Amino acid sequence: MSMSGAADQKRANFRATMTALGMLPVLVILTVGFHLLTGRFITVNNLSIVMQQASINTVLAAGMTFVILTGGIDLSVGSILAAAAMVGVLVSLFPDMGLLGIPAALGVGLICGLVNGAIISALRLPPFIVTLGSLTAIRGVARLLGNDTTVFNAELPFDFIGNGTLFGVPWLAVIALLTIAASWFVLKRTVLGTWIYAIGGNAEAARLTGIKVPRVLLFVYATSGLLAGLGGVMSAARLYAANGLQLGQAYELDAIAAVILGGTSFVGGVGSIWGTLVGALIIAVLSNGLILVGVSDIWQYIIKGLVIIVAVALDRFRLQGGRT
Amino acid sequence: MTPNQPLLEMRGISKTFNATRALNNVSITVSAGETHALMGENGAGKSTLMKILSGAYTPDSGGEILLAGKRLATGDPVASRSSGVAVIYQELSLAQNLTVAQNIFLGIEPRRFGMTDRRSILQKSKPILQKLGATFAPTDQVSCLSLGECQMVEIARALAVDARIIVMDEPTTSLTSRETDKLFEIIAAIKAQGIAVIYISHRMEEIYRLADRVSVLRDGNYVGTLDRSELSADRLISMMVGRDLTSFYKKAHGGSRRGKLMLRALNVDDGVRVLDCSFDAFAGEVLGIAGLVGSGRTELARLIFGADSKLSGTIEIDGKPVAIASPRDALDAGIAYLTEDRKGLGLFLDMSIDQNINIAVIAKDAQCGGLLNFAKAKERSDEAVSRLSIRTKSASVNVGSLSGGNQQKALIARILAGKPKVVILDEPTRGVDVGAKSEIYRIIDELAASGIAVVVISSDLPEIIGISDRVLVMQEGRIAGEVCPAPTGGISQEAIMALSTGASVAA
Repeated sequence: MSMSGAADQKRANFRATMTALGMLPVLVILTVGFHLLTGRFITVNNLSIVMQQASINTVLAAGMTFVILTGGIDLSVGSILAAAAMVGVLVSLFPDMGLLGIPAALGVGLICGLVNGAIISALRLPPFIVTLGSLTAIRGVARLLGNDTTVFNAELPFDFIGNGTLFGVPWLAVIALLTIAASWFVLKRTVLGTWIYAIGGNAEAARLTGIKVPRVLLFVYATSGLLAGLGGVMSAARLYAANGLQLGQAYELDAIAAVILGGTSFVGGVGSIWGTLVGALIIAVLSNGLILVGVSDIWQYIIKGLVIIVAVALDRFRLQGGRT
Repeated sequence: MTPNQPLLEMRGISKTFNATRALNNVSITVSAGETHALMGENGAGKSTLMKILSGAYTPDSGGEILLAGKRLATGDPVASRSSGVAVIYQELSLAQNLTVAQNIFLGIEPRRFGMTDRRSILQKSKPILQKLGATFAPTDQVSCLSLGECQMVEIARALAVDARIIVMDEPTTSLTSRETDKLFEIIAAIKAQGIAVIYISHRMEEIYRLADRVSVLRDGNYVGTLDRSELSADRLISMMVGRDLTSFYKKAHGGSRRGKLMLRALNVDDGVRVLDCSFDAFAGEVLGIAGLVGSGRTELARLIFGADSKLSGTIEIDGKPVAIASPRDALDAGIAYLTEDRKGLGLFLDMSIDQNINIAVIAKDAQCGGLLNFAKAKERSDEAVSRLSIRTKSASVNVGSLSGGNQQKALIARILAGKPKVVILDEPTRGVDVGAKSEIYRIIDELAASGIAVVVISSDLPEIIGISDRVLVMQEGRIAGEVCPAPTGGISQEAIMALSTGASVAA
């Protein structure tokens, strides 16, 4: 009896640990697996590339985490990224004031996010529909900005963001990690963060406890927009260019996939920003690893999609096992 | 089946989930044509026992279920259903967009040429509905029916498969008293056909009215069965909680010596459900609001709290008029409201007890303009856990893991965190077991003693009479009158009933 009690206890502890770790084991297994397959996955150089590749999606997914935690969705981040990058590159062409491209791009992102948030909270329209509309409309704006051409700036004054390093770590990765840290702080250490979880958990109960729900919603969509603007800066800095039509296409889907892989509930109220980071890294490791293994572009799509579904299914299974 | 053989025998049923024993060697017998009530606190094992009967759970080995002397395969929902066991759960499970007849025959549709035979469904539903005295047609869509009527459809569904045992799990929770009366008539009618009804309820009055026998479970153990002639509230309560409750309702606060005017509602009106309601509540008193379900009690409370917007009317708190357009305004003015819908409108089930208690005051406690003050929150929640005796290992566990009564206490702790002057408690003991009930009565009593004006909305007449200093009665959106304790005794149940049904107007 006491033997089985101890075993039960051990099993319960194991489950609790697994729940806390979330998708981290999947990330580790994928990383080790690709290394065994290719022999050159875990190298300083390649891991640095993976982090760069993950960085923009991580920033978008951080904003998406805020939105999904409230039970919403933001489909417009890819388009906002494109519009912000266009503005960033165009402003960077002004002589002597090129650095203004950064605040200009961030400003575009923030404004787009505020508009999304204002429509959703004031008119109480479903976030899916509103951001589906802005996905299309803002994409059009992005194309309009450059007369539907690619804009270049070979002398981009903030190109260090895309290609420089800080103590050997790519700036892109530094920005992504700072974004994650700041998001963690807001979600777990501030009143606003608690309100975000509360609204996602039970919006009407949140209203009845005196939380001003529309303001919090405005904040989360504005944050998502602002971070999409930041993604625009990062993207422009890497490419020295922006294109209103192609840039950021389907980025919202990768961001959503990262959030869901990270264990955040699609109906809101449950989730963590660390999970989102792990989710974004899983996607980047998959893309990079599959290329190294030599899998064709087409099969990469198929495998990535299946891995996402299997990973989330396993996660659901694991959580249910832990509950009963 | 021999004449004296019971219809249902459950023998030596145990059920273990992981390490917890939900049922321990429970045996009950039910005869044909009897209404057998199953009582016990939340978590006593009633629902588990019924889920074993319906085949949703498999019992631990060793137990057996005999239906009319024949052994029933356990853990097999199909076998249970085809042997005549039908369960009507608290949450009704009808397809809203189908008709009554389609719902009655859902899953057992008679077929013709491979298609559902609509005509025969209609023909077969008619006599069943007639037997139940339904006033709606088999062709009506379920989404247009009231809750009581939906329940009737569920019962019709059970009759359509020739059920021999119908289990009803707290069927009256969301019914009006008229619908409840109707349900009881139906139960009497199906009983007369020799069908056994297993009836789960917390409401003592219903047990008195319905039950032929009552079996009590406590902590997964079978405590005993009482015959109708042996029933008494004291006896049932002591069986359920395992100890005697000398004074169930508690009224130790000031009594008639009430304090100053704390809440004045004047001509509050929303044009539909609440019509021109005015009343006063004083510091240190418990003011009951009685009335039938649908008489506008909750709606009145929500208007005062700013949860819905009112058409007209003014609210004064502590002598000063206050403008209330949102719950935030009401909370700032010192009004707190405990919702009747604990899970739907109250709790954040994925958050901790601590967060649930502090959610409304974290902004006030915050440091540096928005940082959470964990120390203060922990202090408050620890204090609440011990003062309201919320049974939990710590305040950091999920509120969803608590029993109903303890969840309710956590919600009460939340509304008290803002130090309100007026609290409005809407059905504070709904879905709460007997032990937690008496603790909530103690808390209400202490709140009044501390100088808060306490307004309690309740459908449970003995409860509202037991804890209130005076009772307002609402009828069809208006305050029909006030019942005060008679000089010779307490508040009379008859006076409340007369006002709430409009009988006294006619007289």
